[in-house]
Formats: sequence, structure tokens, C-alpha cells
Amino acid sequence: MNGVPLTWYLILSAVLFSLGIAGFLFRKNIITVFMSIELMLNGVNLSFVAFSYQLKQVNGHIFAFFVMVVAAAEAAVGLAIILTVFKNRATLNIDEVNSMKN
Amino acid sequence: MDVILFLIFAIIAVVCGINVVVQTHPISSALSLIGVMGSLAVLYLLLGAEFIAMAQVIVYAGAVMVLFIFVIMLLNAGTEAKRGRSFVAQLLGMPLLVAFLALVSYFIQRSFPATTLVQFGAFKSGTAQNVGRALFTQYLLPFEVTSVLILIALVGAIVLARKELE
Repeated sequence: MNGVPLTWYLILSAVLFSLGIAGFLFRKNIITVFMSIELMLNGVNLSFVAFSYQLKQVNGHIFAFFVMVVAAAEAAVGLAIILTVFKNRATLNIDEVNSMKN
Repeated sequence: MDVILFLIFAIIAVVCGINVVVQTHPISSALSLIGVMGSLAVLYLLLGAEFIAMAQVIVYAGAVMVLFIFVIMLLNAGTEAKRGRSFVAQLLGMPLLVAFLALVSYFIQRSFPATTLVQFGAFKSGTAQNVGRALFTQYLLPFEVTSVLILIALVGAIVLARKELE
């Protein structure tokens, strides 16, 4: 067998996405939760590029590029929000940031 | 050769991905995430996406992760407090996760029959030239809107993170 089946790439993408979901749900540190989101975005990007290979089109690369751009913008704003939360509450635990709950 | 390269970097990606979720200190998670992104860049190269591989290294592993590590250092984030989990969760967590991933893999295998073999060098359109041409002709409007998005994000980040003026 010369070459990797495309399904392996898709399975790897699904595994990375699932790991991202697990981190997003189970972690308590707000920065780690944020990094789990980046992990999910990376998994999706791998799917885009894999399908782009199968369809022999460059469109999937464009989508992956836009996902990267949006992720960078999101990281900048999200980390600024984390800084503000830390300044106001002196904690990074998401369980203690619950002013909208009560 | 392709299979060996894929397996090496896929295993690195999965191990680092597990490490991101498992490590208690954020800086360890961040370094593992850099490992995931680096190995994904190699996989992009195998898929013929040169431009995306370079953008992955420069934008993700470079810019975004430096921002993360900068914030972790700035806030002096310590290790996460251990939380007691219920006995059922400890016992069933891992088997259920593995079962879920096996199920997902099975459905992917069934819906995409392994007719397409990914070979390095078979897809040559992923160069900066071709991606740039598509970006500035077919996708010109989204590209311009993206620049507005980045401008808004820039202004928003500065406004959120600045010191309050008395």
C-alpha cells in the first residue's frame, strides 16, 4: 500500500476534536479551556485540508486559512477578556466566575 | 514512507492532544498544544497544503501560542486544584471515551470507503500562488471582511486590556 487512506486523516481529525471537547468540558482553568477550543479548531482544519485533497480543489485551504485568521482574532480578544476577569476577580477558575448564575 | 510519516506525526499529535487535556499546569498544556500544531503542519505538508502548513507554523505555533504563553506568564497561573470526581466517572470515563472514538472511527470508515489514497506530491495546487489566486479573485470579499474583523478584534483587545484612566 503506497499512500495513506483519507479516512485516517478524518479519524485523526475526529480524535483531536473529541479531545478538545473533553478539555473544554472538564477543565477548570479558563486558559486551558481556551486552549481546548484551539485544539478543536485545529481538528476541523485538518478535515478541511483532507477534503480539499480528495476534491482536488484549493477551496478547503481557503476555509482553513479563514479559520486560522478568526482563531487568531478570537485568541486576542479572549485573552484580553481573561486579563480583565483576572483583574476584577483575581481568579482563573471558571467555577468562581458565576455572577450571571446567581 | 507516507504511512510511516503519517503514523509518527499522528501519534505525536494525539499524545500531545491528550497531554493538553490531562496536564494540570497551563504552561504544560500550552507546550503540548505547540506539539499538536507542529505535527499537524507536517500532516498538511503530506496533504500537499504548503501554504497552510507554513501559515500553521507562523500564525498558530508562532503568534497565537506566544500570546497564550505570554498571558500565562503574566497572570502567574498556577496548577489547577484537583477536583474530586465521582466514582462512576472515574471508572467509566476512559472506556466510554474509547468506545465513542471507536464508534466515530467506524462510521467514518463506513461513510468514506478507502478509495482515495493520500500520496505526497499528488496534489500540487496548495502552493501560495494558487491559494493567493483563489483568495484574491473568488474569495476577495470574505478576505476584505476578515481584515475588518481583525481591526475590530485589535481595537477590542486594546480597549479590554488597557488600564482604566482616572
